[in-house]
Amino acid sequence: MSLKNFVAPFYVWKRAFEKPLTNTKPLETRPGAAAYRGFHVNDIEKCIGCGSCEEICQNMSIDLVPVDGIETKDGDSGLRPRIDYGRCCWCALCIDICPTGSLNMTNEYTWLEEGDGDVDDKFIFTPGVDKKNWNNLELGYKRPVDYEILEYSKIKMTIMETAERSDSFIEMVKGYSKEEAEREADRCVACGICVATCPANMDIPEYIKAIREDDLNEAVRLLYKTNPFSNSCGRICTHRCEDACVLEHRGESISIRWLKRYIMDNVSSEEIKSSLADEFTKNGKKIAIIGAGPGGLSAAYYLAKLGYSVTVFEAKEKAGGMLRYGIPEYRLPYDELDKDINYILSLGVKIEYNIRIGKDKDFDDLYKHFDSIFFSIGLSKPYSMRVEGETLPGVISGLKFLDDVTMGIDPKIGKSVAVVGGGNVAMDAARTSKRFGADVTVVYRRRLEDMPADLEEIVEAQEENVEFVVKAIPTKIVENKGKLYFSWNNAKMVEQKDGGRPKPVAIEGDITTRTFDTIISAIGQAGDFSFLPKEIEEKLKFKWGKVITDKSRQTADSKIFAGGDVVNATADAISAIEDGHKAAIGIDRALRKI
Amino acid sequence: MFDLDRKKYPKIDDGKANFELYSHKYLKLWHGPQHPGVTGNMALELTVSGDEIIDLKTHVGYLHRGFEKLMERRRFIQCFPIVCRICVPEPDTNEYLFSAAIEELAGIEIPEKAIWIRTLNLEMTRLASYLMWVGGQAGALGLGAVGQWAIAHRDYVLDLFEEMTGARVYHMYMVPGGVRGDFPQGFVHRLEAVLQKCEKLIKDAKIVMLNNSVLQDRLVGLGIITPEMIDKFGIVGPNARGSGAKRDVRKDNPYLKYNELDFEIVTETDGDGFARLKVRFREMSQSISLIRQIVSKMPKTGKFHVKTPNPLHWKIPVGETYLKAESTRGEYGFYVATDGSGFPRKVTVRGPSYTHAVSLLEYLGVGVNIADIAGLMGSLHTYPPEIER
Repeated sequence: MSLKNFVAPFYVWKRAFEKPLTNTKPLETRPGAAAYRGFHVNDIEKCIGCGSCEEICQNMSIDLVPVDGIETKDGDSGLRPRIDYGRCCWCALCIDICPTGSLNMTNEYTWLEEGDGDVDDKFIFTPGVDKKNWNNLELGYKRPVDYEILEYSKIKMTIMETAERSDSFIEMVKGYSKEEAEREADRCVACGICVATCPANMDIPEYIKAIREDDLNEAVRLLYKTNPFSNSCGRICTHRCEDACVLEHRGESISIRWLKRYIMDNVSSEEIKSSLADEFTKNGKKIAIIGAGPGGLSAAYYLAKLGYSVTVFEAKEKAGGMLRYGIPEYRLPYDELDKDINYILSLGVKIEYNIRIGKDKDFDDLYKHFDSIFFSIGLSKPYSMRVEGETLPGVISGLKFLDDVTMGIDPKIGKSVAVVGGGNVAMDAARTSKRFGADVTVVYRRRLEDMPADLEEIVEAQEENVEFVVKAIPTKIVENKGKLYFSWNNAKMVEQKDGGRPKPVAIEGDITTRTFDTIISAIGQAGDFSFLPKEIEEKLKFKWGKVITDKSRQTADSKIFAGGDVVNATADAISAIEDGHKAAIGIDRALRKI
Repeated sequence: MFDLDRKKYPKIDDGKANFELYSHKYLKLWHGPQHPGVTGNMALELTVSGDEIIDLKTHVGYLHRGFEKLMERRRFIQCFPIVCRICVPEPDTNEYLFSAAIEELAGIEIPEKAIWIRTLNLEMTRLASYLMWVGGQAGALGLGAVGQWAIAHRDYVLDLFEEMTGARVYHMYMVPGGVRGDFPQGFVHRLEAVLQKCEKLIKDAKIVMLNNSVLQDRLVGLGIITPEMIDKFGIVGPNARGSGAKRDVRKDNPYLKYNELDFEIVTETDGDGFARLKVRFREMSQSISLIRQIVSKMPKTGKFHVKTPNPLHWKIPVGETYLKAESTRGEYGFYVATDGSGFPRKVTVRGPSYTHAVSLLEYLGVGVNIADIAGLMGSLHTYPPEIER
């Protein structure tokens, strides 16, 4: 034992005179670091209750619960995350994944709660809803810039170059490859917000999962559960699901429509047959369906599966309705539509073509001979522009024009065409005219942003050099030496006092006149109910030109069901398909009296 | 010091005492799991003759949370909040090994800056872990004050972790694909300030512990590990290096950026508790030097994370891998097997404390005075959580 080793330890006595290393809580408080993972806060206005936080939480400490004052609506489940701090480990995965960015953390880490000593549920709280003293503090841990665990940009869809497509009816969208589809499907967080927004409530997350797992047969089964027109919808659906997609909040939504198309593009008709393996026994009851459009045929499909004998009466020579006669081939090739229709027909559905009810066959006849009737006749009566010269030759309706093109009749539109209107029919008419080599001008009463047409249709029309004249109210059409002199009054937008959408008001004297070979009017259309006998028409109830039905699409006459554009306000294919599905269930229940 | 009459004691042969327990001459004594001298939740079942241990059994199970099994039911991204809990004082080694194993199996390359940040994190956590050990070792030998200083200084390092990662103990910072955030501004200056504080502490602690005749009396000759025992028991880390074995995963099998850093393997030859004490003190200084090197060499800009597939559906192809890193206790290993599903098929953690606290301690503890058993455990530097994954 050396003396040095005996004495040396006393050297550190000097530390006794130094400042203590500890702090004197509670007199001194120590705030958490700037990025400390402290207590949760949630911006409940921004949150849509998608449940991604619940899904990724490895401790299962998050539950989504209903909250007072928050309603379920399109794109919002109406639920908000509730966190159990008895389970939470503050790993912040919930913050990392939160697709809206509403869930965050403060750097607060002390929480005192008064209580009677019982272990109650005070440690379970709903951030943003329950009042906590850290609610208004600055944020602690934030998802760092450059750090995203989800992919927020879409896989780009290959679309035909503008120059190539503006004179071609070949389908312009090329569809995803397997690799692209799987990558796109991988972006999905499977929250299911889209399911509630889809009119047909398709099992979107499930079929996207089937794509990821490369099980297209399962995907087809899922599609046909709610939609027998998936091949067509995969091309032309108005895809409201994508507007509700949770990824839309901080990036781009999943291309749900293209994924559906990918499934249908990659299964043959035989594979559809074998994967669905629809089996049913006939129950002997007969149903008549008027109109072989998406509404009528989807009702026919689901009724046939329930064992009914279905006869569809179609006024035109082919089935498909607006999908065939309204939508141009560059968006929906007829072969693809036929693939959907052929499968429905393979279940034994009969279609009688060229039979217009009310003209070739009486409605009463059907009423007597069939157990139930479903009509989904679409909107076929174009609105009038109510301008002078509307009846001149060379002024045609958009529907008639698109119809002629489908039938293979040369529409003879000449070199310059004006299309009046701003809806999807107007866009289809304009772009189809372009493909016949005409210079096209779209004339619309309101602003570009007010157009009811899908944004992508407007953008693609602009790319194809369709000219847009907006805030223009048509006044008259005059014919001179085979040319049509089309005048419109330029307008300004006037805000409405009651908060309604701004209205175009003509600027006095500001009139533009241009010459065209053809003027296509596409300002909307109404249903034509002249086929109904008077006593039935009186019995049914109408509002704003649409038939009123109950939830099962039953009209005021218990034997008659209706659907499609003559019933629903949205007037698109997917709503018609849903109407057909609902009506099939409704008819079955009515006939079986359950 | 005390010349005992050893006739009353049972004969000890190769670490095993030959005795008749039911002769009522011996006493069973439980050391732990609540005993402050037992670092962590484990217990030693001692059989003593007088105040000398003649048999020792290590009992674990107080801490078992089944992490390896839990991970089999968690998605890959959900495992990183679990792995850090396998070793409380030094969680980052687990985080690194798990993330690196997943990256290897999924074929992901992480950015340069993330590699440097990970290296820094590992070295910082080694320093923090050694400071914890100073507390344990000094406290077990009656130097409570030194333990208090060391734990306080460990908290300074934890402050840095809090700033960098968002949490003090379980950092949950390294994820498959990189790390979860960049440095805050001015971090390097605060890091340097803490390193200087630690250097001062190490200097003082060395004077108290190395130049201390009481400690020398107790540690010199305590728990001698001979070079022959190293392979027999699978001894790694400072415990092996204290017996002259030049073993260090950072040198033998360089990972991250260790091959770009300048350091030597620290060894001592005596193989007793005091030699291990010296090894660890030198390694603390080495860690400080490495942290300084890393900070000066690492890129200032660049990405710290690379995008991985959607964590909710991430599937990793069939494969298996074993990765190892040098923790303060020695070689730390992760075996990960995947079966092509969205969950790990099997994760096995090789914590060095398994051999050190069970088989080695049971061998070395025989013949040791009861008062020294806590010091012996401290000198083996064991952390029970990694025995019970």
